[in-house]
Amino acid sequence: MIIKSLDKEKMMKNPEKISEMDRREFLKIGLVITGVFAGGSIVSVASAAEKIFPNGSIAEKYPYRPHYCMVIRVDRCIGCRRCVEGCVAANAVPSYGWRTLVLEREARQAIGQKREFIPVLCNQCNNPPCVRACPVTATYKDPQNGIVMMDNRKCIGCKICLAACPYDARYYNEERGAVDKCDFCFETRLSRGEKSTACQAACPADVRVFGDLSDSQSRVYRLVHQLQKPVWVLKKDTDAKPNIFYTKG
Amino acid sequence: MGCPENSSWTGCLKDAGRRVFSGGPVYLFFLGLFAALLVAGVAAGIHSVYIVGSRHAYGTTREIPLAMLIATYTFFVITSTGLCLVSSIGHIFGVERFMPIAKRAVLLSVITIMSGFLVIGLELENPLRLAVYLFCSPNFTSNIWWMGVLYAFEVVLLILEFIFLLLDKHKASVAAGLLGILFGIAAISNLGGVFAMLNGREFWYGPYLPIFFIASALLMGCAAVIFFTVLAYRVHREPLDRPMADALATVGKLAGVMLAVNLFFTIWRMVTLAVGGTHELLVRDALVSGPFAFNFWALEVGLGMILPFALILWSAGKRIGPIFLASALVIFSSFFVRLDMVVAGQIVPLYWELGVREYAKLNAYSPTGHEILVVLAGVGLTGAAFLLGEKVFQGFREVEDAGSRFAEVLEDAAQELPSAEKGKVDGSP
Repeated sequence: MIIKSLDKEKMMKNPEKISEMDRREFLKIGLVITGVFAGGSIVSVASAAEKIFPNGSIAEKYPYRPHYCMVIRVDRCIGCRRCVEGCVAANAVPSYGWRTLVLEREARQAIGQKREFIPVLCNQCNNPPCVRACPVTATYKDPQNGIVMMDNRKCIGCKICLAACPYDARYYNEERGAVDKCDFCFETRLSRGEKSTACQAACPADVRVFGDLSDSQSRVYRLVHQLQKPVWVLKKDTDAKPNIFYTKG
Repeated sequence: MGCPENSSWTGCLKDAGRRVFSGGPVYLFFLGLFAALLVAGVAAGIHSVYIVGSRHAYGTTREIPLAMLIATYTFFVITSTGLCLVSSIGHIFGVERFMPIAKRAVLLSVITIMSGFLVIGLELENPLRLAVYLFCSPNFTSNIWWMGVLYAFEVVLLILEFIFLLLDKHKASVAAGLLGILFGIAAISNLGGVFAMLNGREFWYGPYLPIFFIASALLMGCAAVIFFTVLAYRVHREPLDRPMADALATVGKLAGVMLAVNLFFTIWRMVTLAVGGTHELLVRDALVSGPFAFNFWALEVGLGMILPFALILWSAGKRIGPIFLASALVIFSSFFVRLDMVVAGQIVPLYWELGVREYAKLNAYSPTGHEILVVLAGVGLTGAAFLLGEKVFQGFREVEDAGSRFAEVLEDAAQELPSAEKGKVDGSP
């Protein structure tokens, strides 16, 4: 993991002692920053980096243009699941599968609110295990926008990508004759000029914020690159470098 | 090549057919049974994938997408590589005592790998796309891609090795066999890598499985050689001759060593799981005291390790009866070793750590009748091909003694190809 090899804590304590090699590696964090989490330290890393390097240099290093991502503000989610319905309607998701789901956690001992909802979907990872595992490149990372796409014609149905995905984001779609997954509605919306995903558009509480992480003016950029609220990703240990961020507020 | 009525190919096929049909009622019963299993299993697989859909016919789910059929595939290909490795000890590395087992082991290696391919062919949703895109759209970072290519090479090399062995072309068979070993080990460790490189699955992830698969293959190779050779002599209704009995006793000793190696692999696996993270602990509990406990303790450890090891010790490295029984138990048990390894790697829900309602229970898997039939198709292919092979190649003895007609025909064909000396084939009996 790049962040480990950089010895991040040491670097943060002594930024003036960063060698040229470290400096170059640190810039690369911009490429992989989406996989870094430590209870809000993603924000610290990004902000500290921007103190060291000129404004915007991190953003320039995001590997895709647009670098699509989604920020999920979990505490806003009311569990209405209109996002799931919107996704099903937009992408013809069959009853036996799902592209996005809203998970429910109960904490009976908690003071006040005792239930929490956690929307999940394909994390469009920068280092996607499913893409590495597929023997015939039926699933691939789009070189333009970074979305993990499916080429249905090539899918042999071995389902190794289902086993490889740490986010349970894939299922075999009988009608398509291929594995199906969230593509940020690229096929049904983005490629037709829409600017939002179906789940985002259907959400009444503005939980899901979709946008371009490489655009410093975008909402997602501002939600990720701030110090006030923690931002985290799921399953950071797999080092898949996901592009779905979670925050509150 | 044509096959006119009076050609040697036709003649030798007729001879082989006569030998098969004169095999006696028990032989023909088992041949028919295995053929029926093969047909029923293939029909079940086609029905599952192309008619009703695997979602309805197979027990696999989104949560457990790899299950019994993948386990069966690994069972067969691990056996195949093991047979290839064990056969090589004699005819490639020159250990005299292993010489008598070579030809049968190489043929069985071909048969078992084809059985594995049959099962995986009936598991894949779109196997024809694999044939096209494995070459047209390769992914060099994929273990499955490497495994497919390496096994394809291995099959060709094994077939060549077998033909050269029949023709007594020692150097060529050694060359093909040596390459076969290299490709086989590479393929089998890649098969381990298919699981071991999925770092979202903590039970599989790490270098353990690729190495364990190689050790496991050697054990399976020994067990399969002993099991099928003893059965072969029953097929021919003859007692084991001295060189073969000595060879099997030696293979039995190697099996004993490999059993101990596999036992320690398992022990250390369980010990390290005990100090792993949550996922590893959940899997360990499932294996030790949960839904896999019977499979693990009774089938894997009891029938697959302790009892066979005791039988091999009891045999004193001489008595073939206990060694045969130990081999049969190892083969039977190893199916469950594969099944448990494949399924247990997926029982922990992927969002377990979130503590959410939807992912609060361990994933469960039960095989369906269709899946069991497809497994039996693989068993049927192995059984039927083994029985046919014994009759067609006459127990691999006449080939050595007087030279079978098959070997002669192959030799003639080999000579005919470059020189086009047609008369030679026509002149053979």
